[in-house]
Amino acid sequence: MNLYSTSLPKETVWYFIRKRIGFFLVLSGFIIIAAGSSRLTGFSLIDAFQAIPRVVSWMFSNLIPDKRAFERLPRILEKLWDTILMSVMSSVTAAVFAFGFALLGSVTTKPNNFFAVFSRATASINRNIPVAAWAMIFLLTFGQSSFTGFLALFFASFGFLTRAFIETIDETSISSVEALRAVGAGYSQQVMQAVMPSAMPQMISWVLYMIEVNIRSATLVGLLTGSGIGFMFSIYYKSLQYKSASMVILTIVVVVLLIEYISNSVRRRIL
Amino acid sequence: MSSMISAGTTAAGGAIPQHHHVRKGRIVISKVTPAKLWLRSVLAVLVFFTLYGFLTIDTAGADLPASFVQTVRYFWIMFTSPRAVASHFGMSQSAGGFPVFLSAVKVLGITLALAFLSTLTGGVVALVLGLLAARNLTNDRISNTIKGIVAFIRAVPTVLWVLIFAIGAGLGAVAAVIGMSFHTVGHLMKAYSESFEELDEGVIEALRASGAKWPHIIFQAVMPSSITSILSWTFIRFEINFAVAVAMGAAAGAGGIGFNLFMSAGYFFDIREIGYITLMILVVALLMEVIAARLKKHYQPDAL
Amino acid sequence: MPQLHVKNLTKYYKDVLALSDVSFAVEKGDFVGIIGPSGSGKTTLVRCINRLITATGGEICLNNDKNILEMNRSEIRKARTGIGMIFQHYNLVDRLTVIENVLHGRLGYKNTVSGVFGHYTEGEKRKALEVLGLLGLDEHVYRRCDQLSGGQKQRVGIARALVQEPEIILCDEPISSLDPGSSKKIMDYLRKIQSELGITILVNLHQVDVARTYAKRILGFNNGKLVYDGPSELLTTERIQEIYGKEAHELILN
Repeated sequence: MNLYSTSLPKETVWYFIRKRIGFFLVLSGFIIIAAGSSRLTGFSLIDAFQAIPRVVSWMFSNLIPDKRAFERLPRILEKLWDTILMSVMSSVTAAVFAFGFALLGSVTTKPNNFFAVFSRATASINRNIPVAAWAMIFLLTFGQSSFTGFLALFFASFGFLTRAFIETIDETSISSVEALRAVGAGYSQQVMQAVMPSAMPQMISWVLYMIEVNIRSATLVGLLTGSGIGFMFSIYYKSLQYKSASMVILTIVVVVLLIEYISNSVRRRIL
Repeated sequence: MSSMISAGTTAAGGAIPQHHHVRKGRIVISKVTPAKLWLRSVLAVLVFFTLYGFLTIDTAGADLPASFVQTVRYFWIMFTSPRAVASHFGMSQSAGGFPVFLSAVKVLGITLALAFLSTLTGGVVALVLGLLAARNLTNDRISNTIKGIVAFIRAVPTVLWVLIFAIGAGLGAVAAVIGMSFHTVGHLMKAYSESFEELDEGVIEALRASGAKWPHIIFQAVMPSSITSILSWTFIRFEINFAVAVAMGAAAGAGGIGFNLFMSAGYFFDIREIGYITLMILVVALLMEVIAARLKKHYQPDAL
Repeated sequence: MPQLHVKNLTKYYKDVLALSDVSFAVEKGDFVGIIGPSGSGKTTLVRCINRLITATGGEICLNNDKNILEMNRSEIRKARTGIGMIFQHYNLVDRLTVIENVLHGRLGYKNTVSGVFGHYTEGEKRKALEVLGLLGLDEHVYRRCDQLSGGQKQRVGIARALVQEPEIILCDEPISSLDPGSSKKIMDYLRKIQSELGITILVNLHQVDVARTYAKRILGFNNGKLVYDGPSELLTTERIQEIYGKEAHELILN
């Protein structure tokens, strides 16, 4: 019998045709939205493709630190240190508040539904206001300073960490908390004897992740609030001193990679 | 009760078992493990840096208590009486509330469009790189090289990429989309390649055994089995890119609602308009979060 | 006088009826097996007894004491100290040592502060070691629980229940996650606890044959209703069919 000469059943043929039509519908949907978006924003794919090689070759000739950039290094490092401190401070402070809210919000440890909804709603609103918006708001009331940057990062981190901690608590300690309830342990005993030992390593890991994210966000926040390394970059950038600006970029890259490396190795050891 | 347990123990041969440690006359119950020591040192270091940071942070002489009170007041105004100034959204002074709202929606659309374009561009590139970086599909050298380059690209904050490209392409959509695509590639490549790596080794082996070539394996086995997780990861990144697009509008002149936010806060000092814009952003972001949560529930890619 | 009295117990999850008018009594020192298909209300029943789940209506009395459903927060804590519980997934704090987990059984007796910081008396520690010896775990006192096998984890779970000095132990599918060898060992320990220490055992089981082997008395549940209450010898094939409905065929074949 020749396998290929027999005609296929109708359903089989239709199945493949439908599948193909579905694929092309989705594809053309994407293309239409992309075309509309390009029109709306003035984006052009051709311009983008032309810009990339041009900018990359420009980067290799202009984004190399020169002697002047090295002379400015101490000042840059000082601002970088401020930025690191700002990231760590905002992550840790946010973690303390987030832990409290996570206890109220998690299924495992919520005292009652009112607190749970309140905690989750607060965290959600916090998280969904972009860090740029936080920065602009605090810029109005606290002026141009590192403290403003700290506040912006704090509020953006708080919402994220609350959600992460809620998930962590529910993942790691729901069963042991049940066991402690069954032996007659009180609320604070459940938290200290079951939630803390089970969830702590994972929560610290989230804080480390938050620090990584915040170092990158701190650059953005710094640009907006005139503080830290972001401000340094914008000064050089606006005065067209690209070689010094590249020094800023390089130091940021080194710090980000270093902190990623440190937190990865710490994570391996505590988990 | 206690006597009954002792009866049981006697049967097992003796009083309390001897495998325990005593320190200062007390029975030891916990054990100090390296993991515990690391955990405590990390905590100590973090707390130290935080306290040191609070002691040394530069507040530019702001009166902190007064500023906090002011902030609370501003938040109250933002959320209770938001409104937009017509001329800031390119409308004439006489325009009513609804036309102004529509033109604000259009500006918000620009931000969404920027997020969409960079997610799409970044997603396509990430798909190709993800295939090359998945350990089960290529060799370790290619995989590690790509992962190394991407790690470097990710280490530079998005805003700096946008500003760098703005030098060659001018401030605007082209620079913004390219810059935002970079981190999108970094994030999605990792997510995609991990979902490819989840594919059962046996499936690839079976296809290889039947003589299938690399592209066949990709399009017939790898893609179909990871498509749902790819789509939900992509949406999650779209959600993130929306917030990034707002930021790029504010910090790198990429246009959209972020730029309006920057103007209201930096030039007009108009707290009610900041409230108007923030609420619009918040509504869109919350909507996307709900969709993302649904997708996540369905397809369960690991957190984030 | 029965030790545990359950009268007209009813539980709704929103509109879904999980337990429907359940009444039974258990004598001190009984070994009671609870069987029924999944979703028949076995787990809900066991968790209602120590009020991990609050029943919608009815009465649960231990030693003719106050109805557990009407107790306030501190009364229920006190009542729980007398009721041990063993879980399907052991519910241990994986990152703590075996003995720390066992001592958690004492938390119900302790004041808040010493419980929060894990300060136990030497007497409590000796008791914990004693129980660990009884369960053959004396070599694993300082192992972290995530390094133990499933059977060993369940024995830690039993030890935690025993240091409570309970009068009754509730077991929620204690062997469902274990291999046959470990399962037998765990069931044998439960029998030993019942016969030598005189502690009442109420055990939820998925396996009818295990229930018949160990329990003197069987409670059969179907769809939230108590459909069988009697000695295990009288649990005939027809009775099993009544409890399990369609699933029964496979069960009997196995």
